[in-house]
Amino acid sequence: MAQDSPSQSEAAEASAGSQTRGVVLEDAAIRRSLTRIAHEIVERHDDLASLYLVGIPNGGVPLARRLARNLGEIADVEVVVGVLDTTLYRDDRASRGTRPPLRRTEMPSAVDDRIVVLVDDVAHTGRTIRAAMDALMDFGRPRSVEVVALVDRGHRELPIRIDYVGKNIPTRRAETVVLRGIEDDPESPLEVVLLSAGAHREDDREDGEGA
Amino acid sequence: MIGRDLLGIEDLERSEIELILDTAERMQEVGRREVKKVPTLRGRTIVNLFFEPSTRTRTSFEIAGKRLSADVVNFSSGGSSLKKAESILDTAKTLDAMDPDAVVVRHSVAGVPRQIADALEAPVINAGDGAHEHPTQALLDLLTVREEKERIDGLTVTIVGDILHSRVARSNIYGFLKMGAEVRLAAPPTMIPPGVEALGVKAFTSLREALEGADVVMVLRIQQERLQDAFFPSIREYAATFGVDRAKLRYAKDDAIVMHPGPVNRGVELSHDLADHRPSVILDQVRNGVALRMAVLYLLAGRAPKEDQP
Repeated sequence: MAQDSPSQSEAAEASAGSQTRGVVLEDAAIRRSLTRIAHEIVERHDDLASLYLVGIPNGGVPLARRLARNLGEIADVEVVVGVLDTTLYRDDRASRGTRPPLRRTEMPSAVDDRIVVLVDDVAHTGRTIRAAMDALMDFGRPRSVEVVALVDRGHRELPIRIDYVGKNIPTRRAETVVLRGIEDDPESPLEVVLLSAGAHREDDREDGEGA
Repeated sequence: MIGRDLLGIEDLERSEIELILDTAERMQEVGRREVKKVPTLRGRTIVNLFFEPSTRTRTSFEIAGKRLSADVVNFSSGGSSLKKAESILDTAKTLDAMDPDAVVVRHSVAGVPRQIADALEAPVINAGDGAHEHPTQALLDLLTVREEKERIDGLTVTIVGDILHSRVARSNIYGFLKMGAEVRLAAPPTMIPPGVEALGVKAFTSLREALEGADVVMVLRIQQERLQDAFFPSIREYAATFGVDRAKLRYAKDDAIVMHPGPVNRGVELSHDLADHRPSVILDQVRNGVALRMAVLYLLAGRAPKEDQP
């Protein structure tokens, strides 16, 4: 049902068959990254009232909420936060014939003429960002689109640039990076974990690894 | 994950029904957008194979397929070689050779969709077969009830009308029972299938008793042609005894909703007033039908070929 977040159990499931290589980003580090990124956003834009944060489920959603709070504290603006599922826009699902479960999409206001900032947990191949941009265009014509990724693990397959990066983490292709510990409670601690090569889950739905 | 075909609710597990309903809920959001189209089935072909006339269901499947960017081809008895005494399986096999990604079948004889499914590579979706099943109708009814009541478990659902000839009733009986509701049937004794209680439902010949405490009142269409078969004495008498209007609805719970698969015989099984106004949710059912069929097509169309599946 309404899964907004990779739960503990889901993350545990993802790691079954893989070996945890360890926490690469702890909650405190995540907080520092998001605070810095909020400052960078404020520094880059004069028209903060036009900002529109869009979290990509699952991991991007709590990060977008935290970022909105940071922006409120730093610049005293109330930033709209949307949720945009990219599953129906992906290019790799149809060809592989899998039908992953759909996640919630909730776009509370029009994106026309807004400065949209897509928020994802892990940037990888760039295909999720590509799908998110396609989805976004179905909701209107933003003035501009920028991308936040808490972790950039490289291996881009498309010409996609991440505008705000929390941390660059070199990885091997076969490894998996997941954001976990996310609850609906935005206060709950988060951590980013690197898993070594192992059996991918059958539906290949590692959250955060989605690229 | 769900099976290859969707032939009947009888074959589904509760978890499969839940997956379909959850997916349909996401599809509802697509239907509320300004651009009501997503690219997920781009390059896929869906064939509507209708051996029995149907505008509503066929249109609903067609819109659903198009909102997912599939190409939808209609193949109905009026405009094809079905009239040239080509056998059903020959027609289906010819279509199959054109490599569709899903085939939606309606036929007046029970069991034909299963026969076609056995012969085809493509997944088959039953859009109604005789008096057997109409699974997407039951699923859209479940979706509508879940939306209205925020649950299905523990509800009391009363189905009123020609149960004996109704594939809608049969599919809904399976669906609501699997989802944990209590199901009651209300009809003249000639229209209740003998032994139906074995399914786990309660049959009533008094509408009043059947409505007592009901959360959902599902009214079935009376097929006027049944009159000739003398299943009930007259339309007027049926309307007086089993026709649902506001006065009779008072026996149900205060917040009971009224459903009907359409098209309504106004003033027969349902009063004019209830056909158009709350608490009837008939147009919501139609709207949900598109989202539900999008969900089914998303989950079934264009999966890996048969032989690749375990």
